Amino acid sequence: MVTSTAHRLAVLRPNRWARLGALLLLAYVVYATAQMDVSWERVAAGLHNAAHFLNRLFPPNFSRWELLSKGLLESLEIAVLASTLGIVLSLPLGFIAARNLMPGWASWPARLVIVSARSFHPVIVAIVFVKAVGFGALAGILALTVASIGFIGKLFAEAIEEISLKQVEAVRATGASFMGIVAIAVLPQVFARFIGFCTYQLDSNLRNSTMVGIVGAGGIGGTLFAAFQRFDYDYVCAILISIIALIMIGEMVATYVRAIFIDGMTFAEMFHRRLSALGTRPERRFDDE
Amino acid sequence: MSAAGTVLSVRHLCKSYRAGQPVLTDVNLEVMIRSITAVIGPSGTGKSTLIRCINRLVEPTSGSIMFEGTDLVRLRRRELREARRRVGMVFQEYNLVERLTVMENLLSGRLGYVSAWKAWRRSFPREDIERAFELLNIVGLEGFADARADSLSGGQRQRVGIARAVMQQPSLLLADEPTSSLDPKTSVEIMQLLTDIARDRGIPVIINMHDVGLARRFADRIIGMAGGCVVFDAVPGLLADDALKKIYGGEDWMH
Repeated sequence: MVTSTAHRLAVLRPNRWARLGALLLLAYVVYATAQMDVSWERVAAGLHNAAHFLNRLFPPNFSRWELLSKGLLESLEIAVLASTLGIVLSLPLGFIAARNLMPGWASWPARLVIVSARSFHPVIVAIVFVKAVGFGALAGILALTVASIGFIGKLFAEAIEEISLKQVEAVRATGASFMGIVAIAVLPQVFARFIGFCTYQLDSNLRNSTMVGIVGAGGIGGTLFAAFQRFDYDYVCAILISIIALIMIGEMVATYVRAIFIDGMTFAEMFHRRLSALGTRPERRFDDE
Repeated sequence: MSAAGTVLSVRHLCKSYRAGQPVLTDVNLEVMIRSITAVIGPSGTGKSTLIRCINRLVEPTSGSIMFEGTDLVRLRRRELREARRRVGMVFQEYNLVERLTVMENLLSGRLGYVSAWKAWRRSFPREDIERAFELLNIVGLEGFADARADSLSGGQRQRVGIARAVMQQPSLLLADEPTSSLDPKTSVEIMQLLTDIARDRGIPVIINMHDVGLARRFADRIIGMAGGCVVFDAVPGLLADDALKKIYGGEDWMH
């Protein structure tokens, strides 16, 4: 076969559909900006309001700390219970959804469940559960469980679909049963990533658990919303600071859990690394994955 | 129907991945006890398919494979798993479970005998663990029991691969190009180890190889494949230039 010169040049020609798409996107951005009716007056007024609001936030008022800590503890409960329940449910679900290990009749329904769990924002799911089981933490727990299934289930299934089948083939050749293959050839390949997904989800649930209270699904969110509506901005500030503290602690715990399970570090090693790493930037690593 | 001392008897084995495009057209071969058989032939001629048909990692299209009195081609799930326990396999790219330790990889050779739950909890029988440590010494990896498989060099990995296959206490060893990913020196060491272990234990081995020199040196029988069937089958001494021409085609490459 002889390829003509024109044919050879066509290989390097830019994709005209991609160009058209970029042009359409640009046009839409211009159109949408015009629709928004953004004007300098509005921005100026907004900045003024923001300054006024910020001014009233400080100093934060911790006098109602009992209500504050009750709300925070409830948020923590929601996050931990929802994460646990979500992880327990998404493990088998994600596994069944992996197309490389399961037949289509099993994986498609599982994928459908996972996709529908991901379709709605946790707040929307929380509204539904508040209607179903009434106000309170239970609605929040259920809503965030659904969110966790959507996230962990999807990522877990994808992780399993990316495993090396050579390792599976070798274990299969020893005469191992299906569950034996799963235990020895599949799970070790995805375990570290699974721990990663779980800690990220705990992190995310912690943040969302401070929000579902706005629609009555328990946690600090309800208190925060009430304070906003009563213009108790100094109390709002106290709540926001507490939430930030909670999230930071959660993130630290998640980092430690990942370090222990994924890098196989002990507490002592981690402590040393922390001390020696203080003030230095993390090293870039290319050797591992 | 088979002579005494025959471990494996392949009859009229055919395999096509796509209808009308057979990879194996009609393979017949017998493997005797205590034999080391090298299978050579050009790439894409079905050497790997042949080996994988024997332990049914690849499903044969037709034919029979008699092993220890049963036809492997006819076995169903549970019987197949039980038959696979008796056939060890060594892979070109080692196929170790990278994130597990050397010891865990060795013990995975016992998965046909240990339940998934026990394997998950790493509670293997004491004699398996002792045999694993013994084998680790034999393959020259004493002290590596706790090393993670992905920290080993290619040669070390293949040593683990061989030990894992031998952990099965197989009656037949299959090796799919066990040295093709290794340097020449390591290749010789690995072939030496594989054939020594097999001879010591009286396990017959079938080895796919690309390296005709290594095949001559270590095998006591060479099978040449071309176009999906056996075109040469004799002791290494009879593998002359005309036979190589028949197997690989052409002759410019020989000199």
